[in-house]
Amino acid sequence: MSSVHLRNIVKRFGTFTAVHKTSLEIPEGAFVTLLGPSGCGKTTNLRMIAGLLDPTEGAIEIGGRDVTNIPIHKRNLGLVFQNYALFPHKTVAENVAFGLKYRDVPKDEIPGRVSQALELVQLPQMGARYPKELSGGQQQRIALARAIVIEPDVLLLDEPLSALDANLREDMRVELKRIQDQIGVTTVFVTHDQSEALAMSDRIVVMSNGRVEQVGAPQEVYNTPASEFVAQFLGASNIMDASCTRRSGGTAVIESPVFGSLPVPAQKAPNIGGEGPVKLVIRAEKLTLKPREAEANGAATVDARVETVDYQGQAVRYFVRAGDVQLQAINMIDEAPFPEGAEVTLHLRPQDCAALPGGGA
Amino acid sequence: MGWGALRLYTLLVYGFMFLPVGVVVLLSFNASQFGSFPMTGFSLRWFVELAQNDAILRAFRTSLILGTLTALISTTLGVLASLALVRYRVPGENYISTLLIAPILVPEVVLAVALLLFLNFLEVNKSFTLLLLGHVIFTLPFVILVVQARLVSIRRDIEEAALSLGASPVQTFFEVTLPLMLPAVLAGALFAFTISFDDITGTLFWKPGGVETVPTQIFSMLRNSISPEINALGTVMIVMTVGLPLLGLALARALAIRSGG
Repeated sequence: MSSVHLRNIVKRFGTFTAVHKTSLEIPEGAFVTLLGPSGCGKTTNLRMIAGLLDPTEGAIEIGGRDVTNIPIHKRNLGLVFQNYALFPHKTVAENVAFGLKYRDVPKDEIPGRVSQALELVQLPQMGARYPKELSGGQQQRIALARAIVIEPDVLLLDEPLSALDANLREDMRVELKRIQDQIGVTTVFVTHDQSEALAMSDRIVVMSNGRVEQVGAPQEVYNTPASEFVAQFLGASNIMDASCTRRSGGTAVIESPVFGSLPVPAQKAPNIGGEGPVKLVIRAEKLTLKPREAEANGAATVDARVETVDYQGQAVRYFVRAGDVQLQAINMIDEAPFPEGAEVTLHLRPQDCAALPGGGA
Repeated sequence: MGWGALRLYTLLVYGFMFLPVGVVVLLSFNASQFGSFPMTGFSLRWFVELAQNDAILRAFRTSLILGTLTALISTTLGVLASLALVRYRVPGENYISTLLIAPILVPEVVLAVALLLFLNFLEVNKSFTLLLLGHVIFTLPFVILVVQARLVSIRRDIEEAALSLGASPVQTFFEVTLPLMLPAVLAGALFAFTISFDDITGTLFWKPGGVETVPTQIFSMLRNSISPEINALGTVMIVMTVGLPLLGLALARALAIRSGG
């Protein structure tokens, strides 16, 4: 168990810069997710922490030790890959025991440690099988057992759930989090899947184009996105140009095109000093469709017409038009959804909005 | 109708190719003094005489040593070259790759003469080492093609996993990479051995005086007369050059099944 520090890391491949000057602190025992679309530099960062890539500039510290020039096999890391990467010519038990052979573990202790690890991933009977005899989910558990049996300083997970079926993926998500909680190892998790990131992480590092866009707890990142990119990437958002007319007493008054004047709490508009252009962020699930005559209850309301209905079972996604602006709304439903063409009223509580600086014209 | 004709044509082609071989095998068991039909009876006497012919036994030993050394050197060089070309960034790797494969594309006679002239120019005399060198050059492309194809299919992340678990690059090679590409390495070695064992064109140019391999021995025996002994020798050659690769293939398959490759 160790903390991980990236200090002013830069990675270039020829003339292409994969990671721009990045500094990151991953505290001991934390579960930190690097989240972003493909090509955002998250895997490059992970591979530099692992020692599979050398940073062009900067330093990497693990547990206070500068490991920038230490090769991967001397870093004591657990690494889990998207495609499991088990040794096909070795049995499950031999796979798990592999890392112990290169450590000062007495020979007679190895079988015990192996079965302990297999029990932790709930596959205690599989030791004699070969990897190809196991399902994808089982193979990934074995890969996890192989990585944690060596008691790594840091556990690095490179999209470990992406190759699994949707249902299995959610089971494994819970399982992975349980195991991480149990052993308490510092974990760096790379994914492009926002729901995995939100469900599992202590902290999320949102990346885009080789830069860190925002670092924070899942709720923080979700509710108070620091940039338009984060607002778009996590969840579904309506983003529109607006302007701040006044900021006082913990409230920033935002003048918006559709909903008019909205008193947004100051903590939801953290980087807005005073008057000026802003971007108003309205989460799709905060925009509620109601029949025309419903009471406002303090919410801002505007009349709209349903254009598209995307029925998803427990929820429905509407595209609605209010004046000449199209908005999307995701509402939980327990009866039939509004039909296409229905005349509705949109309700929005001002405290559910967030505002970002900038935009302008 | 069309299919029937095609079938007949195919049969004829195969017959044309394999009947002479069949005749050689058949006649090697002929009791008669002359290697021709009709056969006068079944006999193993030509095989016995073969086993008592010093010149042939010497040629056999030379061929075995030459083939084994060729296989060893070619496979070692081939594996190293494949590793370099597939796993590392080598400047000009496309050119190197083409250069290594080129001996297959150049007619063997041209290659044979070229090597001979080159060594002449360097004032190096013909020797067993030169013969061996020639065979290595000639068999290396086959080893590289087979091993490279296998190496490409071994995912890099399996090796990365081994490294992350604390195995050094050398340990990773012997624990993970080599076992996974062993079928291809064995197949490459067998190819090298069989090609070397079979080769006559290059060998005729490169062999020093007094050294004979099995093919050149047969060749020189044929100059005098067609002895039934040659039929027997031919049969032995067929068994070796067909049987060995088949055996190797079976072995490779068994290994591949076990390792899930």
